[in-house]
Amino acid sequence: MKRISILLIVTLIAVVALPLVSVQAQDGGLLAKVRERGNLICGINGGIPGFGFVDTANNTVSGFDTDFCRALAAAIFGDATKVEFKAVAAADRFTAIGSGEIDVLIRNTTFTFGRDAQQGAEFGPVIFYDGMSIMVRTSDNITSLEGLEGATVCAIQGTTTAQNVADATSGKVKVEVLTFENIDQVIDGFVQTRCDAVASDQSQLRAKKATSEKGGEWTILPNTLSKEPLAPAWKAGDAQWGDLVRWVVYATIIAEEYGVTQGNVESQLTNADLNPEAKRLLGVEGELYKVLELDQAWAVNVIKAVGNYGEIFDRNLTAAPLSFERGINALWRNGGLIYAPPYR
Amino acid sequence: MGQFLFVGAVILILGWLLNNMRIGLGDAGISISYGFLSNASGFQINLGLNELHSRTDTYANAFWIGFLNTMRVIIMGLVLSTVLGLVVGIARLSSNWLLRNLALVFIEIIQNTPLLVQLIFVYAGILPSLPGIRNAAELPGPSYLSVKGLAIPALNPTDSSTIWYLLALGGIVGGYMIWRARRKMRLDTGKVTYAAEIGLAIMFGVGAFTWLVMSLIGSSPFMVSLPRIQGFNYASGEGAIIPPELVAIIIGLTLYTGAFIAEVVRSGIQSVPHGQWEAARAQGFSYFQTLRLIVLPQALRVMIPPLTNQYLNLAKNSSLGTACGYAELFFVARTMSESVPVVPVILFVMVTYLLISLAIAGIMNVLNSRFQLKTR
Repeated sequence: MKRISILLIVTLIAVVALPLVSVQAQDGGLLAKVRERGNLICGINGGIPGFGFVDTANNTVSGFDTDFCRALAAAIFGDATKVEFKAVAAADRFTAIGSGEIDVLIRNTTFTFGRDAQQGAEFGPVIFYDGMSIMVRTSDNITSLEGLEGATVCAIQGTTTAQNVADATSGKVKVEVLTFENIDQVIDGFVQTRCDAVASDQSQLRAKKATSEKGGEWTILPNTLSKEPLAPAWKAGDAQWGDLVRWVVYATIIAEEYGVTQGNVESQLTNADLNPEAKRLLGVEGELYKVLELDQAWAVNVIKAVGNYGEIFDRNLTAAPLSFERGINALWRNGGLIYAPPYR
Repeated sequence: MGQFLFVGAVILILGWLLNNMRIGLGDAGISISYGFLSNASGFQINLGLNELHSRTDTYANAFWIGFLNTMRVIIMGLVLSTVLGLVVGIARLSSNWLLRNLALVFIEIIQNTPLLVQLIFVYAGILPSLPGIRNAAELPGPSYLSVKGLAIPALNPTDSSTIWYLLALGGIVGGYMIWRARRKMRLDTGKVTYAAEIGLAIMFGVGAFTWLVMSLIGSSPFMVSLPRIQGFNYASGEGAIIPPELVAIIIGLTLYTGAFIAEVVRSGIQSVPHGQWEAARAQGFSYFQTLRLIVLPQALRVMIPPLTNQYLNLAKNSSLGTACGYAELFFVARTMSESVPVVPVILFVMVTYLLISLAIAGIMNVLNSRFQLKTR
């Protein structure tokens, strides 16, 4: 009886106290919460070299996506190292956003209607325009989708790719669709010939082809089968946080437009000939930074930490072994799709 | 009084959790509605080249396919792990040193490593050891074994198969009734009636005989379909193809659950007093007769409750099929999580597993009450 009473008291305390805890956690926006915690928790892909890659041997995290995490931390804290990277599986990523396990998801995630409208996620500007392709073994002599008749096509579970394969092949050719939890399992299946083709975003395919031992024996088909705009995402409903993520991305694009780089950002602060928009961005003119509740030098900190959009791209993707071209990811001025609204 | 308060507290906590979930989901703009079930899913589910679910089928159909795939694994796993457990459990008590210790090593290795690790080990171990489709190993049948799976001849039902099913079912029911009747006759009169022999002969004889007759008059209930290799895969719709993913999950679950069942069998047998063995052997029963007629029936009483636990574990562990690409219920739920709200999907999956577990527990409880000592 005594034991039951103690148990009872403990449970009652728990019932009374827990709602208070959760109410406290919901107080204030995400920005206040992140500041109080002292670091940003960024959901990433740990397995794609060039985009998001956790090197367990050297204990480093690198990539295009992860650099945007660092940029965000630099804007909030003035210190790009205040990021905690959390590798999440494709099928778990929206749960991780919804539960507040991660503050922002920058994990080669395609911006789609369903995810935006039904999954409780909100998307930022597209940071990489990707498209789905199919990778096959060169020795199989497949040159088109029709050549895939009877083949096993492997993809990652819980991705738009798995649906695109069904869309692209439906009614034309009969294929076996096999999905696995992550890209490494898919590539394993491909190496062991369980899979005859891998369907995925071109970025992933090129990264895997460039870094796999057998990559030389593989061919990526030239067809682009879908639009895959990759964008950062966060939990819907926090306008302030949304503005922050959006403008950190735009800051890197605007910086590229005006030639502000990691190397010259300090000297540009005193450059009287600098374009007024860039001056506003760097906090030299105006007080727009106050609206974002950020430091005056937030954009300077971002550029110092990771450089402008072009520099982030070149460092992670243009460099060997990936050797991506800018292509449609060039600035709008150069015929690409990368475009930032004016900062004013 | 204290108990009532405790139950009250538990209800309060549950209510608070549910309310919290509702508010949290509302904040996140996620609805818990099942309206999506009737929408087209957009993805396809294969078992080999066989398309079980196509992109225009509904989410409800995807759940159903996942459920069927789960049941396939559970039923095959239950049968195989019970057989394996029985064999290893008996081997564990063998007087043969080698056999006894082999069983021990098997049980210790399997019981003391995580199932998920074993599954990935089995799947990753099976794939590279299989030949590519173009070098597929040809087995009698003709059957083929390759990295695309095991292809065996299949029996496809024809127009007349319904008639045959009914006839065969009639044979099984009739044979069973005759078995029962003759057994009762033996118990009543003490005469030898060959109850089991006659019963079994009728149970299977009717099916075999009608099949033969129907084939002879040109309307065979089944057509034999032979597997064939075509291009990258086995030819679609010819033969039956068992993909490596299904094999991996079944082998994994069978080994794991089998090891635990072996220990259940061993402890059950050891719970029967040794005097029973000696008495039976003294009466001239052989080792296997003693085991089958004297020891196992008594051991079953002890074995059924822990066996139920193992069966429930197997049913729940079938969700690990998702780790080796087998499209069971949880796999389907994870595939859906790309396009529909996660919480209702997971709730649905949880309730389904709960119902499967309750059904298994219910059946085992009925068995248990039948095997208990009848006391007055």
